[in-house]
Amino acid sequence: MELTDYISAAPEMTLLGLICVVLIADLFVEDERRMLTFWMSIAALVITGWSLLATAPVDRVVVFSGSYVSDPLSQILKITAVGFVALAFLYARDYLRANGLHKGEFYTLGLFGLLGMMIMISANSLLTMYLGLETLALSLYALVAIDRDNATSAESAMKYFVLGAIASGALLYGISWIYGVTGTLKFEEIATAIAADPGLNSLPLWFGLAFVIVGIAFKFGAVPFHMWLPDVYQGARTPVTLYLASAPKLAALALTLRILVDGLGGLHDVWSDMIMVVAVLSLLVGNVIAIAQTNIKRMLGYSTIAHVGFILLAVFCGTDKGYAAALFYTLTYIVAAAGAFGIVILLSRRGFEADNISDFKGLNARSPWFALMMMFLMLSFTGVPPFIGFFGKLNVIDAVLSSGYTGLAILMVLAAVVGAFYYLRVIWYMYFEPAEDQAVLQASPDTRLLLSANGVAVLALGIVPGWLWALCTQIALSMR
Amino acid sequence: MDFSQNILSILIWLPIAGGLLLLAIGDDNDVQSSRSMTMRIVALGMSALTFIVSIALYKWFDNGTSAMQFVERVSWIPALDVYYYLGIDGISAPLILLTTFITPLVVIAGWDSIKVRPAQYFAAFLILEGLMIGVFAALDGLLFYVFWEAMLVPMFLIIGVWGGARRIYATLKFFLYTFLGSVLMLVAFIYLYGLTGSFDLFEFMNVPLGMTAQRLIFIAFLLAFAVKVPMWPVHTWLPDAHVEAPTGGSVILAAIMLKMGGYGFVRLSLPIVPDGSAYFAGLIIALSLIAIVYIGFVALMQKDMKKLIAYSSIAHMGFVTLGFFLLWSISSGTGAGLGATGGMVQMVSHGLISGAMFLCVGVLYDRMHSRQIADYGGVANTMPKFAAFMVLFSMANAGLPGTSGFVGEFMVIIASFKANFWYAFLAATTLVLGAAYTLWMVKRVIYGEVANDKVADLEDLNQREFFVLAVLAFAVLLIGLWPAPLVDMMNVTIEHLMQQIGQSKL
Repeated sequence: MELTDYISAAPEMTLLGLICVVLIADLFVEDERRMLTFWMSIAALVITGWSLLATAPVDRVVVFSGSYVSDPLSQILKITAVGFVALAFLYARDYLRANGLHKGEFYTLGLFGLLGMMIMISANSLLTMYLGLETLALSLYALVAIDRDNATSAESAMKYFVLGAIASGALLYGISWIYGVTGTLKFEEIATAIAADPGLNSLPLWFGLAFVIVGIAFKFGAVPFHMWLPDVYQGARTPVTLYLASAPKLAALALTLRILVDGLGGLHDVWSDMIMVVAVLSLLVGNVIAIAQTNIKRMLGYSTIAHVGFILLAVFCGTDKGYAAALFYTLTYIVAAAGAFGIVILLSRRGFEADNISDFKGLNARSPWFALMMMFLMLSFTGVPPFIGFFGKLNVIDAVLSSGYTGLAILMVLAAVVGAFYYLRVIWYMYFEPAEDQAVLQASPDTRLLLSANGVAVLALGIVPGWLWALCTQIALSMR
Repeated sequence: MDFSQNILSILIWLPIAGGLLLLAIGDDNDVQSSRSMTMRIVALGMSALTFIVSIALYKWFDNGTSAMQFVERVSWIPALDVYYYLGIDGISAPLILLTTFITPLVVIAGWDSIKVRPAQYFAAFLILEGLMIGVFAALDGLLFYVFWEAMLVPMFLIIGVWGGARRIYATLKFFLYTFLGSVLMLVAFIYLYGLTGSFDLFEFMNVPLGMTAQRLIFIAFLLAFAVKVPMWPVHTWLPDAHVEAPTGGSVILAAIMLKMGGYGFVRLSLPIVPDGSAYFAGLIIALSLIAIVYIGFVALMQKDMKKLIAYSSIAHMGFVTLGFFLLWSISSGTGAGLGATGGMVQMVSHGLISGAMFLCVGVLYDRMHSRQIADYGGVANTMPKFAAFMVLFSMANAGLPGTSGFVGEFMVIIASFKANFWYAFLAATTLVLGAAYTLWMVKRVIYGEVANDKVADLEDLNQREFFVLAVLAFAVLLIGLWPAPLVDMMNVTIEHLMQQIGQSKL
């Protein structure tokens, strides 16, 4: 172990240290002073973010005997993840206090989840990846169950845990096959082994690959491994859903890119077909079933599945353009997702969950500004320009078309039209229906400001999307 | 003051800024309050200012060149080689003028008839105006698409919030239909981007394309534009949308949004895929003739005035597409441009007439809250001024010589005579059918005995309504009697377009 090893992993170590401080300090904080834990967590995130910027790698650095990598991809994903965890905490605070759930565990589990994500993002070996994944997953199971007396939450946590454990098992099983065939766990060595001996590219490795893809599909929530996602999105308390819907997608993308591209890039011909089937199914199933939903969290869950279809189709191309498009789509999608769940939180108050789509009826009469923000977010999901979601779709379609799959591109835009219906329905309820609920929105000024910034961001990013796309392209080119 | 370098940007962003200002001012439930009045004055002021700027555009416009004028080109998304690229020629300039002319009239027409959230109503119209001008001015494919799609959102809200009883069904149908049509255009754009490495429309026009590619691209464009025009058989969203939309929404929809489809054909389909267009010209002509004849009969049977005008719009827009696609059937060179010019004149004229017709129905609806022809009768007895306007616009709608409706239709019919006798024969049936459905409606609504007490209590036009209809009547007669300024504006561009289409891109 050399000093560079520790410098590269400094953000994770810093975060771990700070989590321990928060954890211990929280023991001595009384419930009325719980805000202290909140501010300490935010401080921990700020320090972690700062240490990420301070240790930014110029180029790809592989440390800890090749198990850990720090490169531009890990940098952008980690910084974004830190930002979105902070955003989730900020949105969650008022809600948790109003509902008597303001416990230190929410923050410490959230921070542990972030640690897991960061380890996944920087993993350069299958084992590191798995460790990070489990750290994230265990935190998420507990987070979903945080309202332990709530039957739906407990049920969805149980469902998530059981299915998640099976998926982790499948992933581990696939990893063991890959290890058995190639004799190594490190991505670069796997890639070299496959390149050196074409004979390896045969059934045993494909068998392992299939299980790995099951694991990836589960973590992303892609069809047919999506069953947990709508239940968990609906069952978890809204701040947890917000957490779940934003930053972990970045880790799932890292999981996909690191294993399939860094490690098994030589098997693109084999995995691209599997990914395509999963992606197309997600696109269709997600969009169609979302139409039938009446619960907005569940609807957004199905919509996530559809968006994952887009991300996976970008990965499927196997080109730099495709990887850049997947990164761009994920980064921009979670901006809108965080905002949408933020609005759901905004409409909720003590003892009232605004989780039915009909709770949005007449929002324009109650608060024209937040109705406008929600409209921006929905239009971004739909892919209407000039909102950022449009450019995400544009880049994915461009990647798919330039790889020569015209049929897929047409399928994607048609699926987007199907999806338009249920996003428009939210706008319809907000603008065209009279309000059923006249209660004044209760939210602190900083939450309002943050939500407004979030809503405006999907428009502002759409007006100047160039820098982000340039950044994503640059990162995709640096991946090898 | 010379702002000719940025005039298009001003025309696009001025109304949008006005719309945002209106949203900032916000709504006041009291129609008489000072905030409400300020808001209305800002709305009118902004739209009037836009119109005044567009007069400068008309003054500075050079009829003698087919090149793009008032060009603005700034890098927008360098990573995708997308430019904020604006410019107009003889095809887009008249349509921009039409847009800036109609919008203030719509604002005046909605002055105090909109009771629910008027600030948002006017804001939606102003933002829509900017976006529509953006569509006509954009010369970069992606920029064009951004304006094209973004335009749906304000219209979606206009119909959905301020529309009639079945407004939600109508507006969802409107949005999804047009969205479905345009996403395939996006795929075509991205495909062309893959070939040229840029979204520049001129690059699209210059890139050589194989026949299969041209046919597929044409179909993708056709879906987008046919829905917008709308052409038979993808017209079914239009009667619903028109009937349920508030008066202002119907006017903008008929007067300008339908023109987007026709504009798309001339700006994109014809020059980018000339061989594909030639291949499918027969199909388009057939669909146009079906629209003219069949939809004419459908219009005859309508009981709802707005629906009748909506169907008559479809029939009249059939002339536009017919005119554009005639050139391959004309052997001698002289008539080719005539069809396209006729189509363009028809677009402008239909914009004025259909807008005026919807305003007339709006005037009646504001008083009676009914659009059913059967609820009226003898309106001329109680509303003589209104009756005069309504009769004038109906005559124009039927294509009476001396009104703008005559000019475009006549040019297209002449051009179709050069192409094929039967095309002309079928197209000319509109003179009979158009007269039949419009004048029959006029007879039942305007003339005859006073039908009921409600009609007997009708009040004639107030000054505001009189002003709006008078301005439109003036424009309709002006173009009808002296179409030269309009035709001169587009002549050189259309000649150039004909040459461009004549060159195969294979």
